[in-house]
Order: sequence, then C-alpha cells, then structure tokens
Amino acid sequence: MQVDSMKLDAKIPGGPIQEKWDRHRFEMKLVNPANKRKYDVLVVGSGLAGASAAATMAELGYNVKCFCYQDSPRRAHSIAAQGGINAAKNYQGDGDSIYRLFYDTVKGGDFRAREANVYRLAELSVNIIDQCVAQGVPFAREYGGLLANRSFGGAQVSRTFYARGQTGQQLLLGAYQALERQIGTGKVKMYPRSEMLDLVVIDGRARGILVRDLGDGRIRAFAGDAVVLATGGYSNVFYLSTNAKGCNVTAAWRAHRRGAGFANPCFTQIHPTCIPQSGDYQSKLTLMSESLRNDGRIWVPKKKGDERRAAEIPEQERDYYLERLYPSFGNLTPRDIASRRAKEQVDNGHGVGPQKNGVFLDFSDAIRRLGKKLIEERYGNLFDMYMRITGEDPYERPMRIYPAPHYTMGGLWVDYNLESTIPGLFVIGEANFSDHGANRLGASALMQGLADGYFIIPYTIGNFLAREGNSKIGDDHAGFREVEDQTRARVKRLLENNGKRTAASFHRELGRIVWEHCGMARNQGDLEEALRMIPELRERFWAEVFVPGQGEDLNQALEHAGRVGDFFELAELMCRDALVREESCGGHFREEYQTAEGEAKRDDENFSHSSVWEFTGEGSAPREHREPLEFEHVKPSQRSYK
Amino acid sequence: METIDIVLHVWRQAGPKAKGRFERHEAKQISTHASFLEMLDVVNERLMEQGQEPIAFEHDCREGICGSCGMVINGKPHGPVKAITACQLHMRTFSNGDEIWIEPWRAKAFPVVKDLVVDRSALDRIIAAGGFISVNTGSAQDANAIPVGKDVADEAMDAAQCIGCGACVAACPNASAMLFTAAKATHLNLLPQGQPERWERTRRMVARMDQEGFGSCTNHGACQNACPKSISVDTIAWLNGDLLKSQFE
Repeated sequence: MQVDSMKLDAKIPGGPIQEKWDRHRFEMKLVNPANKRKYDVLVVGSGLAGASAAATMAELGYNVKCFCYQDSPRRAHSIAAQGGINAAKNYQGDGDSIYRLFYDTVKGGDFRAREANVYRLAELSVNIIDQCVAQGVPFAREYGGLLANRSFGGAQVSRTFYARGQTGQQLLLGAYQALERQIGTGKVKMYPRSEMLDLVVIDGRARGILVRDLGDGRIRAFAGDAVVLATGGYSNVFYLSTNAKGCNVTAAWRAHRRGAGFANPCFTQIHPTCIPQSGDYQSKLTLMSESLRNDGRIWVPKKKGDERRAAEIPEQERDYYLERLYPSFGNLTPRDIASRRAKEQVDNGHGVGPQKNGVFLDFSDAIRRLGKKLIEERYGNLFDMYMRITGEDPYERPMRIYPAPHYTMGGLWVDYNLESTIPGLFVIGEANFSDHGANRLGASALMQGLADGYFIIPYTIGNFLAREGNSKIGDDHAGFREVEDQTRARVKRLLENNGKRTAASFHRELGRIVWEHCGMARNQGDLEEALRMIPELRERFWAEVFVPGQGEDLNQALEHAGRVGDFFELAELMCRDALVREESCGGHFREEYQTAEGEAKRDDENFSHSSVWEFTGEGSAPREHREPLEFEHVKPSQRSYK
Repeated sequence: METIDIVLHVWRQAGPKAKGRFERHEAKQISTHASFLEMLDVVNERLMEQGQEPIAFEHDCREGICGSCGMVINGKPHGPVKAITACQLHMRTFSNGDEIWIEPWRAKAFPVVKDLVVDRSALDRIIAAGGFISVNTGSAQDANAIPVGKDVADEAMDAAQCIGCGACVAACPNASAMLFTAAKATHLNLLPQGQPERWERTRRMVARMDQEGFGSCTNHGACQNACPKSISVDTIAWLNGDLLKSQFE
C-alpha cells in the first residue's frame, strides 16, 4: 500500500506574501454547514495543536474523535512550556510587526523554512492572543489592566505574552476547556489512554487508525474521512530530554512507514538552559525557561578545572562568554548558538559543578539592580523548581545549566495545507516540519501549535473534504483487518520475546549513541559509526528485550518497548539525514562546516532545500527527495547576533 | 555520591475488581539525588530483571506540571514535602533505613486501574459540565479591548494553576473534589470574560461533582495542605458564595 514515488507539491498560493493566506481562504472549497456533520475527523494527540484543532472542528460541526495516550487530554506535554508565546501585536510600540516576526522566524530558523508558511504563522499570531484572552487565559497584566510582554532569544522587540512561568499550562488548559466543552455537547468523542499504533491507507488515502486501549489492551480500528496527527516531537530518541516520559514518535513513524514523507529529521533543538545530569538513574532533564536569560548572566571560570565556589571567583577571572562573543544579543542569542557555546566551554574544561558538566547562570547582578522581590515575581516558580531538584538556592549561588534535547524542528512533511504526502493525512504542531527551519526561536512552539490547530487546519480540512468527499470505507474493510493483524503481531512479538533486558536499558543505550554521534555537533565519521551501531543494537533489542506481563491490561513496559522499537528506526534516519546534509545550519552543526569564528556555515548553493525521506521497506535504504526553498523576502545571510 | 537503603511497602492491585495488598520491596543503594519516581524506576528495573511485573504508576512530565503522578506516600498525597508533586520529591528527603508506604489515591470517584494508577476522568467531566468560557474560535475581539486589573488577573492565575492531579480528593476525609472545582470556577468567575456564564457554570460544575460520587466539603482544609500548587481554600469560599448567589440569579 505504499506510495512508490513521492510528489512534493507545497501548494503555495500565488500572489504577494501578505495576501497568500487571504486569497487561499477565499479559493478553498467550503463544506456547507449542514453537511459538516456528515464527516468524521480523527485527531490524534491533545496538546495545543490537537486540542485546539479538535475543539475548533467540532465547533464548526464536524464529528471529531480525539485520542491521547495520557489519562486526560489536559496532560499533553504542551502543558510544560514555561516561557511564553510570541505574537506580533506591537502593544509595546517597540517596532514590532507581522513582517518583523516573519523575518525573525525565517532568520532564526537559519533560512531552512518555507517563507509562505512562516508569514502565515506571523499573521495568525495576533488572532491567537485574542482567542486565548477571550477563553480566560490569565496572561500577565500591567497595572493599567493591559497585557504585559517580555523579550525572548533571537528578537530585539518585546513580543512574548506569558502567564508567569506556566504559559504552556494556561494555553493548554484554554484549549482543553474548549475541547471539554465540545465533549460535553457530544461533538467530540474523547479516547484517553489510547495510543495510535498504525495508520490505515487504502487506495492512496488515509482512512483510519489502529489504536490500543492502554487500560484494557484492546486493539481497535477507527475509520474516518480525514486523520490529523498532532502527536508532538521525538526528542525522546535521545532518552534524556526535556520531553515528558511518554512522548514518542510511534504515530508519526507508523505514518511514515505507510508513505508519509519525513522531513529534516536531523533538525533537532538542544535547549541551552536545562539542569545538568546528576547520575545514571536520571530519567529526564528539566528545562529552566529561556526567559531566565533576560536577567541571568551566563559565565564560566576562566581557569580550567577551577574548584572554587562561584562567589570566590573574582569578576576578572570570569568569562561571560556570550556577552563577549555576541555584544549586541549577549545572553539572548538564539538557542542553537547558546547551546553550542556552552558545550564548547565544557569540552574545553571550563565546566562547573560536581561533574563539571554545566555553566553558571547568575542572577546576582539582577538581584542587586532590581531587588530580590522583583526577581522572585518574575521567576519565583523556576527558582523553586531548581532548588527542589538540585538542593541549591539560586538566590544565593548561581544556577548550573547545560543544554538538553528539547524540540524537534523536523517531522512529517506537509504542504501549505498541512497535508502530508498521504492524501487525507494532516499533521500539525511539533509533529510536522513546517515553520521553524533548522532552529526554533523561543516562544514560537506554542504559537505554531495554536495557529495550526485553531486557525489553519479547520479551513484546510474543509477544502479537502469538500473536494474528496466521504471516505466511504468502514473499519470492516479488509484493509483495516490487514493492518490490525500486523499490529497484533507486533504486540505479540514483544510480549512473547524470550529476552532478559528491559526496554529502558536499550533506550538508554540508544540515546547515548544518538546524543554522542548526532547531538549538538556532528561529523561524518561519527555519523557513519552511528549508522553501524544503531542497526546492530536494534537487532539485539528485538532478540533480547524482555516485556513482562500480558497484553490485556495496563502494561507500561509493553507501551515503552513498542515506542523504543520505533525510536531505533527513526534514529537511523536522523543520522542518515545529518550525514547527507553537508553544511551547518541552525541546530544541525557539522563540525566540518564552520566559519573561522566557529559559527555554523550554511551552503545555500547546495542545501537550500528540505530533505524529505521516503520509506522503501524494512532493510532497504530510504529514498531522499528534495523540496527546494526559495527566499523572495528574507535574503539568506549568515546569521549575525554579534 | 551518597546513597541510602530503604524499604518500600507498595500497594499492588491487578485490576479494578481485584483485591489489593501491600508488597514489600527492599530498595538498596538509592542515590539521594534521585527523584522519588526515579527511585521507583530503579525498583521496577530490578523487578523486571527478575522476570517480575513492575509497579504501575502514572507519570509523564516529571516536572510537576502535567498532574499525572499521584500517590499517597507515608499517608500524605505526594509525600511529606509541601507544595510539590511526587515527581518533584527527591530522595534526599528520606534517610537510610526508612520504611515508606505507597498507596494510590483512595476515593469512590477514583476507581483503581492497577497498582497505584487510578481513573480520574470524573475531574474531566466536571470541566465538561461548565469549566470553560463559551467562545468559538475566531469570534474574539482584540485582546487589549478587555482590560483586566493586575490584582484580578493575579488572583485568577493563582486559582488557574491547578494541575488536576486529584491530591485534594485523596487528602479529604470526605473525598470531596471541592478544591478542584472551586479552583476552576474561581479562575473563570473572577474574570470579566467569565461573567456571562458565571451562575450557570457554578451550578453545573457543582451538580456534576455531586453526581460523580465525590463527598461533600466540610471545611477540613486538608486539600489545601496537600495541593502541590498551594491553591487556597479561599477559592472554596468563593465557590460557595457564587453557588448561593446563583440560586437568585
């Protein structure tokens, strides 16, 4: 049932960039309000993108089924986003505009995103804030009652809206409440504790999904007229990341295996401000919001292996390396640069902390300048979080931070309509590859998730359904039975395997390989080595993994094992993608391609494209297709934040 | 690295209808820097290496915001440290030789799924009954057209921080969901955007709460002490006030 050759038509509407979306909205076909209830839409995932899409499509009148692996849609990992959401409101009158947000995002992404998509994102950013305020999202306010803003990395204007350090939580709860309202009316049927294990494609169109009920183990097929994946990113391929433990690539990967192109898998973002690892038992890394870089200063001791406590190191023996290297952006350089520079300091022996695996993020100047009270108001919950995890008080001594895998810009390829290479399969939020190019700017993930869910998919899905009509294939079709049998067989294989090692131990080992070979810095030798190691380890996984228990009840070890199995395949594709992209851009830093100052060196002549991978069968090399990128508005230049 | 040896007594229950019991496990050489859930991970891996089924417990973000994790640790929801979730509890809180009793949330409205995992979908249904502002996508006016005083916005935010973990229910001698319900009602009822549906929202959420089998609130205040986000029982006073007023509106 595979699409044998991939056509990459981005379907970018004509006309000036400012008019494309408007024009497209006019040109798209509409589904008559009375006919919308004749269509079933399946939404997988209930984060910002999934919840907002499911709620909005139900408001329009579609029948929506929404699935999430957690026990409630409110738990999706969008909830953990701390810092904020960008919008080109220009409420501060500091020179912001839709065009500037567009420009900053294309530049921040190191010129590897599609201009038309990014422009639309910037355009819709203003509607998102309006919508969320109307829902009752308690954004931070000034005393006069108007909305407050702060600044974030990669921008010189204050355009970030926030709700203390819990912006993601408040935005998600807004979307969740809209979703629950529709569940209450019966327009959305919610399936919590339900994991999508495969996609059903019949006659070249997505027709439904296979889902395992994680509570009772039942595997069920669901047919629909369109499928929307909002299943998040794949940072957990590194094992240690800032993602929730359950985040996984399975839904996206299974869709890829059924014919959806996977774009730029090597574009992963390593977040600069996380708490360094403390031991082998570590199960995840905790992010400290990037907003901390507004007031915190990053430094390391000039002396290598300095054992003194921070307070004992005099000013002249400290290296505020970001301020030194990038005087105009200082501590607010984009994430990829801040991360790489931290790695460089640690690799060169300037690391701090018991394991020498961090750099300082110091608030003592800010506390002196602004007072402890104001700092507490701005970052109190983050400071508390740090204190609980490390047992150290950041009001008294600088935080220790180190980069950690956080976000994946790569994902399933989509056209301007957010439709994948499989007709009827749409992909939104972090799960798609669309808007951030090779690096995402802070406070832009929430913006993209909600733009996709509230304002794009509800229109483009109508256009698809109006053109293609009902699927007319029910879950009793032989095509469903075939995929169901395959799904059952995979679950059975895991349960009946006679191994001794846990899935977690394989996951840790895989993560270490990917982190060391395809992490913050990559080179040809390492990537080739990883491409030998990963398939070897994958074979051992399938031979030696032990999954306790049975398939007919809650079995978390079984869930984990299935996800690890898919991470193995993705890891290989990531390394392959990183290997063929012989340039450095954004989060993809190939050591062979850098300027004399150690900055990423892009090769626009040969690599101004998205690499889109086609699955060609197990044990067969994936095929690369390319979508060329054209820049009419933002002229590619070497990013300079100096 | 400092480590401790501890003894766990963990509630094991195969399914909703099965009979549960405490099971004893020795957890040796646990790093004091590990989180409580990382300690359980270590115990679970050791169990699996011996071919046994791991202890089922809910968890996801592991940074105190998703609300997935929840267990009663030595009689206290989320454990002995105030204002945190179980995933934020670290083993440095415990001492070598400690015995730790771990149980699921116990409430009629939260049936056990397996071991420490319970079904909290009743909380979602309270939200579905009225915990929202009805505003279809696309119909909103400019965000700054509705000024909200900073004090009001801050108070709404204090209430809105609820993570829906259910610790308040587990702590309450009556297994009431009043703090959960009050937090959402207060958040929305305080804001100008929430006014049109204020009374209907209040009535519907409270009715749903009662229907789900949660107990009544008798002002013990145990919920506030157990709440990982320190949501105040003042919200309950707010809700009671609004509930009374809603009879006349």
